Amino acid sequence: MNNSAVKMVNISKSFGTVQANKNVSLEFKRGEILALLGENGSGKTTLMNMLSGIYYQDSGEVFVDGEEVVISSPKDAFDLGIGMIHQHFKLVDVLTAAENIILGLKGSVTINRGKLASEIREISQKYGFALDPNKKVYDMSVSEKQKVEIVKVLYRGADMLILDEPTAVLTPQESDVLFEMLRKMKESGKAVVIITHKLQEVLFVSDRVAILRRGELVAEMNTEDATIKSLTEGMVGRKVDLAIKREEPHFGEEKLIVKDLTCLNVEGHKALNDVSFSLRAGEILGVAGIAGSGQRELCESITGLYPVENGSIIYTENDVQNELRGLTPSEIIKKGISLAFVPEDRLGMGLVAGLDMVDNMMLKSYNIEKGMLVNRKRPKRIAEMLIKALDIVTPGVSTPVRRLSGGNVQKVLLGREINSEPSVLIVAYPVRGLDINSSYTIYNLLNEQRKKGVAVMYIGEDLDVLLELCDRIMVLCNGAVSGIVDATKATKEQIGFLMTSD
Amino acid sequence: MDIDILTNFFFMAVIAATPLLFGTLGEILTQKSGSINLGVEGMMFMGASIGLSASYFYEFYAGDGTIGYIALGLAVIFGFLAGALGGFIYSVLTVTFRANQNVTGLALTIFGIGVGNLIGDLLSTHAHGFTSSTEATRRVVANVGIPFLRDIPILGRMLFSYNMMVYFAIIMALLLMWFLNKTRVGLNLRAVGESPSTADAVGINVTKYKYLAASIGGGICGLGGMVISMVDNSGTWVFNCVAGRGWIAVALVIFAAWKPSRAIFGAILFGGLSVLRLYFPLDGVPAQVYDIVPYAATIFALVLTSIRKSKESAQPKACGTNYFREER
Amino acid sequence: MENKKTKSKVLVNHPDYKEHQEPWIRMVKIDSVPRGIPLLVRVSALLGAMLTGAIIILAMGSNPILVYISMITESLGSASVLRETIRIAIPLLITGLGIALAFKMRFWNIGAEGQIIAGGVAASYFALFWNGYLPYPMLLIVMFIAAVVAGGLWGMIPAIFKAKWNTNETLFTLMLNYIALEGLRYLQYGPWRDPRAFGFPIISPFPAEARLPTLFGVHIGWIIALLLVVLVHIYMKKSKQGYEISVVGESVQTARYAGINVNLVYLRTMFISGAIAGITGYVTVAGANGTISEEFTGGVGFTAITVAWLAKLNPVAMIIISCFLAILDKGSGPLVNSFGIPSSVAGIITGLFLFFMLGSEFFLNYRLVFRKKEGNRE
Repeated sequence: MNNSAVKMVNISKSFGTVQANKNVSLEFKRGEILALLGENGSGKTTLMNMLSGIYYQDSGEVFVDGEEVVISSPKDAFDLGIGMIHQHFKLVDVLTAAENIILGLKGSVTINRGKLASEIREISQKYGFALDPNKKVYDMSVSEKQKVEIVKVLYRGADMLILDEPTAVLTPQESDVLFEMLRKMKESGKAVVIITHKLQEVLFVSDRVAILRRGELVAEMNTEDATIKSLTEGMVGRKVDLAIKREEPHFGEEKLIVKDLTCLNVEGHKALNDVSFSLRAGEILGVAGIAGSGQRELCESITGLYPVENGSIIYTENDVQNELRGLTPSEIIKKGISLAFVPEDRLGMGLVAGLDMVDNMMLKSYNIEKGMLVNRKRPKRIAEMLIKALDIVTPGVSTPVRRLSGGNVQKVLLGREINSEPSVLIVAYPVRGLDINSSYTIYNLLNEQRKKGVAVMYIGEDLDVLLELCDRIMVLCNGAVSGIVDATKATKEQIGFLMTSD
Repeated sequence: MDIDILTNFFFMAVIAATPLLFGTLGEILTQKSGSINLGVEGMMFMGASIGLSASYFYEFYAGDGTIGYIALGLAVIFGFLAGALGGFIYSVLTVTFRANQNVTGLALTIFGIGVGNLIGDLLSTHAHGFTSSTEATRRVVANVGIPFLRDIPILGRMLFSYNMMVYFAIIMALLLMWFLNKTRVGLNLRAVGESPSTADAVGINVTKYKYLAASIGGGICGLGGMVISMVDNSGTWVFNCVAGRGWIAVALVIFAAWKPSRAIFGAILFGGLSVLRLYFPLDGVPAQVYDIVPYAATIFALVLTSIRKSKESAQPKACGTNYFREER
Repeated sequence: MENKKTKSKVLVNHPDYKEHQEPWIRMVKIDSVPRGIPLLVRVSALLGAMLTGAIIILAMGSNPILVYISMITESLGSASVLRETIRIAIPLLITGLGIALAFKMRFWNIGAEGQIIAGGVAASYFALFWNGYLPYPMLLIVMFIAAVVAGGLWGMIPAIFKAKWNTNETLFTLMLNYIALEGLRYLQYGPWRDPRAFGFPIISPFPAEARLPTLFGVHIGWIIALLLVVLVHIYMKKSKQGYEISVVGESVQTARYAGINVNLVYLRTMFISGAIAGITGYVTVAGANGTISEEFTGGVGFTAITVAWLAKLNPVAMIIISCFLAILDKGSGPLVNSFGIPSSVAGIITGLFLFFMLGSEFFLNYRLVFRKKEGNRE
């Protein structure tokens, strides 16, 4: 019996110079749960977004039920019975679950709420969960919202469901409920795909697993043949020699000592849980972990942008210790603490997108000189110097940084932070979205800083880079430190395991 | 206190409320689609003058054969169309050309006041002095009430003795309430006003919804203006006759928390405040205190909503921003 | 119910196939336009507005060319009408400058009308009741300071609520306009009413000591306006505080990252914005009108918003826009005598001008992309 639901053949997609997917061929079947496994940035979501109508492939074909189709909008996907539940829910806050579910559907003029509610109950009962149709979305927990999204696609008649990292926002108990639902969907003949990077999940719930790495399909196997080891190997790959030059370290004093740092997220859960580590001058400390393990909160709590619930952050300069906890960014600047931070959101936080390079150069230093007026001479000099030193491609110093390419934006940001001659430099995902050449420029810059005795904290996602660039790697898992390893001795499998060891 | 004064006061409050209610309902519909159109005043002026012209020229050509219902009907249709034209211009600029909503609304106010007073002036010139409805039209417009019911003591005066535009306004409010809460299209419209990207993702035509809401909303505002010129002023053009009532309607939208049902009570309350001093002058309380209350109450409601972070009675989230679906 | 819907598949060999290709025409946001294009777009918009206005004038039975010529001669043609035109432009320009500061911060201050009133009332208080207690230039200076402080404080009220509870400033500032207006009316009909005015509810004219001197026949408000153009330009472009406004306006998140106290910037900027509007009140009562009345703002607070916006918040461009609007206003006044066109036509032409200018901005921000050859997707 041919139960093929979707077949993708030789799909390729690139964004600018970054190839997100390369000749991927993948099939999924009805009555089966397929796990699509891969690290952050391995192209899982992009691949599935081509099925849900968000993107359109550069080349390759898609077949649904054996016939070639074109999916150019979410509506096309719906019409084909493909429903995708994105990581960021698309729900209207002030409407009820039921109202969100029928949004945009054709039908009778008025809404028959009684009938609708019973239909929703019927669907939810069928898959073994409860959903109050009349509850407003703003009153819902994350897992309830996810259920609304699932019912939304089921109600529209989807028989192929794609869930993007569905457990990322759930507690373990909620995840179990979700898996039970997915199994019931499978039993009722639906095709289910879950995008994930959690190995246990794959083994626990899926029938088949496909592994993506750097945009390519590297392995496909039945889950019963898979082990944690084989999955990790497939996901992280054999160690690739990136030829990042690493020199002998000269470690200095412990610049930053973080102890028992705990932060809460909006929902009141612990985003950081008793994190303790130290950062020495002249070293690069890598921070690994799946996305959303507390990396952002870690960076922002150190730099005074995120409220700290508990713990301490001690900064040492010439044997003088300063408590950073509770200080605002301007207080940190005023204390003369040279803490540089390259945030993940470059144009939304690190730079002012609409201002030019000169104005961006003085973002953190405009207030240093006395007087009412800003002095643009110095930032202009810095801008011109950076353009030369880092080969920044721009029409000139007065071009808004928004108009620069991703790599050049990052050079502007990192260049400014390095130029402030920091003693601690925190960089979050500095090469995300950058091409190979720009990435190497960034690695070299960071290595130079390390050589100069700067204490560098590098939040990264590519394990090969972390292993080659860093001296030590701290692994975060669910907001807690699951291990700190010596990067010269550790293996990718070891780190991959720490990342996912709940 | 004399019961007659009270019922009379209530009666006058409702009369004063009617143009406000139309303006408020039109703006609620517009804002529910995520557009804040500050041009209510302008659209009311357009409705007032063009609605009046329609009736005036009909009467002019029909002469003694004037049928009051046709005169009023034409005023309703053209008053609506004039306001809708204002809403349509607003949509072209904000939805298609993505102009700033606040600035476009103000431009529409300037334009609409100009259109209103210009047409009004021209009408007065044409009528050699001032326009005035014919007797036949006045009979239809003024005090119709509901037969028999209006003869009930007190209640008859308070509830059943109004002109038909009053009932039309209340029916309109109930209709809008039903539309927003009970129908699929109304639900989709609310989604557009709250989160256009979500609406877009489920296949709702955001552009179409915004155009229709702002245009029909503008038309309803136009009806409010028409009531001022045709009913309140008996078909006479009074220079600057809308006199800021469009802005009170904008305030009422906030006060009513974007709910048509509350708009009815809010309009009567605000209308009542505007005539209150005529009925219950308090010694030592200047008139302006009565006039300030609507605005102060609106600010109070606005601040309260923001302190409570109330999701229910807040402005639709997309208001003030134009939707642009980035290319895929 | 699930699966009830019949699926309409989009198949490659389906007749609908082509429709699901890239749309024929779509919009792309652009960051820069070639030199000269902005001017071309604006001139076209102006011509479009004039052409549409011409149709309206034609419909009223007049020759649009003659009407336009008359509007220009009646507003610029002689020294006396020119002075009148400048008098109209001054408050538009000053208020536009104040609004621009708030708008730069993406704080939608549509409360300039109320801030003008607050400034005008404060200045009038001293003009009416402190004459004789203060020597000649001192009175004018005290009036100025009072207007600045009152306008600034009135402007700061919504900023306090915005900082504390994120209260919607558009609606708040709008409401404050009417509260200020009712306050002024209270004074005019109550305590400040001139007993010698034969029962008319008016406020008595200011004493000569409380009137702005004139230079070249226009009260020196025009010097204040030009001075403010320079000051606001320097403030926005060269000062630290102006820089902070730009950063906050672009991204509150970045501002926090940079260590900027965002709430302080809200309060400070709205004080300055309101204070400048307060100056408008001052020059209007002490310069143009010589007294205060409930109509003294003439809706400038609203019109100036369009001035600031169309000038893209550029102080120098605001001079041009405010003068242009003043020409329309002044030039259309006498049309009723020469052409029988009521002066309210000014509102229509101004409105058309604003519509066209607002619409034309689109062509500076977006580019239309027509579908390329079949299957050639980006």
